[in-house]
Amino acid sequence: MSDWESFITIVGLTVITVVTRCFFLIPERELRLPGWVQRGLRFAPLAALAAVVVPEVVMSHGQLISTWQDARIYAVAAATAWFFWRRGILGTIVVGMAVLMPLKLLLGW
Amino acid sequence: MSSPLRALVRHPQFALGMREMSGVSLGIAAWGLVTGVAMVKAGLSIPLSLLMTFAVFAGSAQLAAIPLMGAGSPAWVIWATALCVNLRFVIFSAHWRPFFMRFPRGQRMLLGYLTADLNYVLFMKRFKEPRDDEGQIEYFLGSSFMSWLAWQVPSVLGIVLADVVPTHWGLGFAGVLALLGLGYALLSDKATSFAAVVAGAAAVAAFALPYRLNIVVAIAAAVCIGLMIDGGGDAGRRVLASLMRAKPRDRVAS
Repeated sequence: MSDWESFITIVGLTVITVVTRCFFLIPERELRLPGWVQRGLRFAPLAALAAVVVPEVVMSHGQLISTWQDARIYAVAAATAWFFWRRGILGTIVVGMAVLMPLKLLLGW
Repeated sequence: MSSPLRALVRHPQFALGMREMSGVSLGIAAWGLVTGVAMVKAGLSIPLSLLMTFAVFAGSAQLAAIPLMGAGSPAWVIWATALCVNLRFVIFSAHWRPFFMRFPRGQRMLLGYLTADLNYVLFMKRFKEPRDDEGQIEYFLGSSFMSWLAWQVPSVLGIVLADVVPTHWGLGFAGVLALLGLGYALLSDKATSFAAVVAGAAAVAAFALPYRLNIVVAIAAAVCIGLMIDGGGDAGRRVLASLMRAKPRDRVAS
C-alpha cells in the first residue's frame, strides 16, 4: 500500500471514529428512544467488555483453546482471584501480567 | 491558561475522573504501546503512524485495520472492518445522548469523539441519569484526558521504538486484563452478571462472523436477555427465578 493510499485509508478511519462515536449525538431535534431501548442499554457496557474479553482469553486462531498449556488461563485465574480479594484494577493487571510473562518467556506457553 | 480551562482542571470531579481512569491506565498504556509497534511493523511510515494514532484514536479498530493495511487490502474492506468493530460506539452514543444534549452540536461531537470504551464504562457506572449540578462533564473530561494520555504517550513510544520493544512478552494482554478488572467492578446484580455471561458465550459462538461482528451480536444478545429478565414476562421470570435460587433445585415443571 503506497503512502498516499495509506493516508486516504487513515482519513477514512478517522471519519468512521467520529461518525460511530457521535452517531446519536448528531441530531438536534428531540429524539425519544423507546423505553425498552433505554432499559436495555443498562446491560450494554458490561456486555461489550465481556464480548471483547472472553474470546481473547479462551480462543486462539478462531478456535477454542484445547490445551492447558496456555499462559492466559493462569493469568486470568490469578487476576480474578486478586480482584475479588482486593478489588483493585491496577493490582488485577499487575498480578495477571506477573503470571503471564514468566509462563510465556520461560515455558513458551 | 484561560480561566474556564483553569476552572475545569481544578474541578474536583475532573481530578476524580483522572484518578478513576488511572486505575486502568496501565492496561491502556500496554495496549497503546503494542498498537504503536504494530503500525510500524505493518509497514506504515513513522509520520503516517503518528497521524493514525492521533487522528483515528480507536485502539480496537486500529488493531483490526493494521494487518489489513499491511497486507494491502482495498480501502473499503478496511473501512468496513473498522466500521463494524466500532458499531458498539453507535450503541454507546445513544446512551451518551441525554448526558450531552445541553451542549451545542459542535461541542457534543468533540465530546463524542472522546467517548472510548473505558470512559464510557466508568462514567455509566458512576452516573445513572443526566444532571448538571454534580460535575458530570468535568468527570468525563478528566477521565478522557487521562485515557488520552495513557494511550497516546505509549503509542508514540511504540512507534518510535518499534524495533526494540519486545512483542513476544504478551504485553498486549495487559489491556485484556484491564477490561477484565473493569468488568468485575461492574458486576452489580444477577441480571447484569447473567447478561455478561450470555455476551461472553455469544461472542465466542459468533466468532466466525467477519469484521468482528461477534461483538455486536453479543451486545444484542445480552440486552435481549437482560430485558427478558427485567420485563417480568413468563420466560424472563423463570430465568430470574433460577438465578435467585440459592441452591439448584427441581427444574421448572413442564
